[in-house]
Amino acid sequence: MRNDNKTPVIEVRHLVKNFGKVEVLMDIDFKTYPGDVICVIGSSGSGKSTLLRCINLLETPTGGDILFNGKNIMDRKTSVTDYRAKVGMVFQQFNLFNNMTVLQNCMTGQIKVLKRSKKEAEETAMKYLTQVGMDPYINAKPHQISGGQKQRVAIARALAMEPEVLLFDEPTSALDPEMVGEVLEVMRELVENGLTMIIVTHEMAFARDVSTRVVFMDKGVIAEEDTPEIIFNNPTNPRTREFLARFMHDQD
Amino acid sequence: MLTASKGFWEMVSYLIKVGGKDFILGAEKTILLAVVGTAIGCIIGFLVGIVQTIPIQPRDVLIKKISLKIVRIIMSVYIEVFRGTPMIIQAVVIYYGSQEALGINMTAMFAGFVIISINTGAYMSESVRGGIDSIDRGQTEAAKAIGMTHFQTMFSIVFPQALRNILPQIGNNLIINIKDSSVLMIISVDELFYTTRTLVGAYYITYPTYLITCVIYLSMTFTCSRLLRWYERKIDGPDSYNLTGTNPKGIPVQNRRPTGLTMQMFNRKYNDQRSAMR
Repeated sequence: MRNDNKTPVIEVRHLVKNFGKVEVLMDIDFKTYPGDVICVIGSSGSGKSTLLRCINLLETPTGGDILFNGKNIMDRKTSVTDYRAKVGMVFQQFNLFNNMTVLQNCMTGQIKVLKRSKKEAEETAMKYLTQVGMDPYINAKPHQISGGQKQRVAIARALAMEPEVLLFDEPTSALDPEMVGEVLEVMRELVENGLTMIIVTHEMAFARDVSTRVVFMDKGVIAEEDTPEIIFNNPTNPRTREFLARFMHDQD
Repeated sequence: MLTASKGFWEMVSYLIKVGGKDFILGAEKTILLAVVGTAIGCIIGFLVGIVQTIPIQPRDVLIKKISLKIVRIIMSVYIEVFRGTPMIIQAVVIYYGSQEALGINMTAMFAGFVIISINTGAYMSESVRGGIDSIDRGQTEAAKAIGMTHFQTMFSIVFPQALRNILPQIGNNLIINIKDSSVLMIISVDELFYTTRTLVGAYYITYPTYLITCVIYLSMTFTCSRLLRWYERKIDGPDSYNLTGTNPKGIPVQNRRPTGLTMQMFNRKYNDQRSAMR
């Protein structure tokens, strides 16, 4: 699915993030090309979520550069809001706007940020809500629907902005087990549609099935980065092997 | 003139007859002072509360950081001074002070609006700050993640939710202002309490007059608290929602085929079945 275009959509160079004296990310380098589906795996506290949050500047990186289509977004002159509008994010805790209905959740960003007309925003919102199967619930408030449904709405909200890249921060970790499937199904559909995605996840089977590349993070560095076949079947780094062995063991 | 030897109800009906108009005029001024003062006070409170919660980021330019710091110090001084001194004394200092020291001649009523507004503003800014702080950080992050500016985030996401949370506080302030506007009699604003004292002085009937005043105050505060309760329920919206469209069970489009299959797998299976049937 990789384009011939050689400019990465997102390129992270020498990214460093410290929280006080704690070094959470140490010299991270990686590239995402259009059409890539990158799954970031690793144990808790390895810096996966922080990396994702640094990419759309919810956390301010301590050092390093982030390039979006070749343009450095760490540059003060680059508009952070314009950049964020092109990079969608789906959160572990859904974070639907509690004061709005399902439909309004998917419309507000389009109207306020993309300056779309109300009619256009509603049509786009309906298109994506239908895609995730939440079109019947447009009048519901977030507290009236289940976790899986909330996450599907959150995905539709991100899609309605028609982003170039969609970031997922452990999208199924806060869900009851029986709801994980419906969210993964929706994400699988996005993969088939060729959307560029960076997914932080603990769903190993999902990562193995959908990703074009898998990034294994350990203690703030990228320990190994390769195709899912190699990472899951024949990892070179002993730490990857150890993590996967432990993980597969826990799954049984 | 009536004397104290007359019956209680006789005195009350006499007072309503001779002073009814004055009571109504006084009550009108009281409610006007309280409503306008609370409204302006809320606006002040919102502005101060919002400025106090603007995040300072390492990315920001130095001028923005410094000016924000200075504005914040001024605001904290304002809050501490007006929360920390009695309104009756603020009234005297502002009304007579502005006349004597600054040569500004405002009417007592105008001074009353100013005093109640800035007093309420000082209390409300703390409530607003608390209201904003109480909103989950995830709400702000989600708004930022779709590209909203700080002010868009505040006005369309955080603010409406904070407003709902502090609505009981606004109600409290309104009721307090209805009652506490009585201290403005010190600068001779002819609100309800001032009117009452005037009537007592004119007709030498003390406690029945105050009792009538009591009933008027109570009916005003009670009406306001009921109205606010009704408004709270209105904001909360209906408890239930209606499903719409042709897909009433909310099945995702891709799940309308058997679950657990990707499109390719589904097509392959479908084709296999077709060829097996031939």
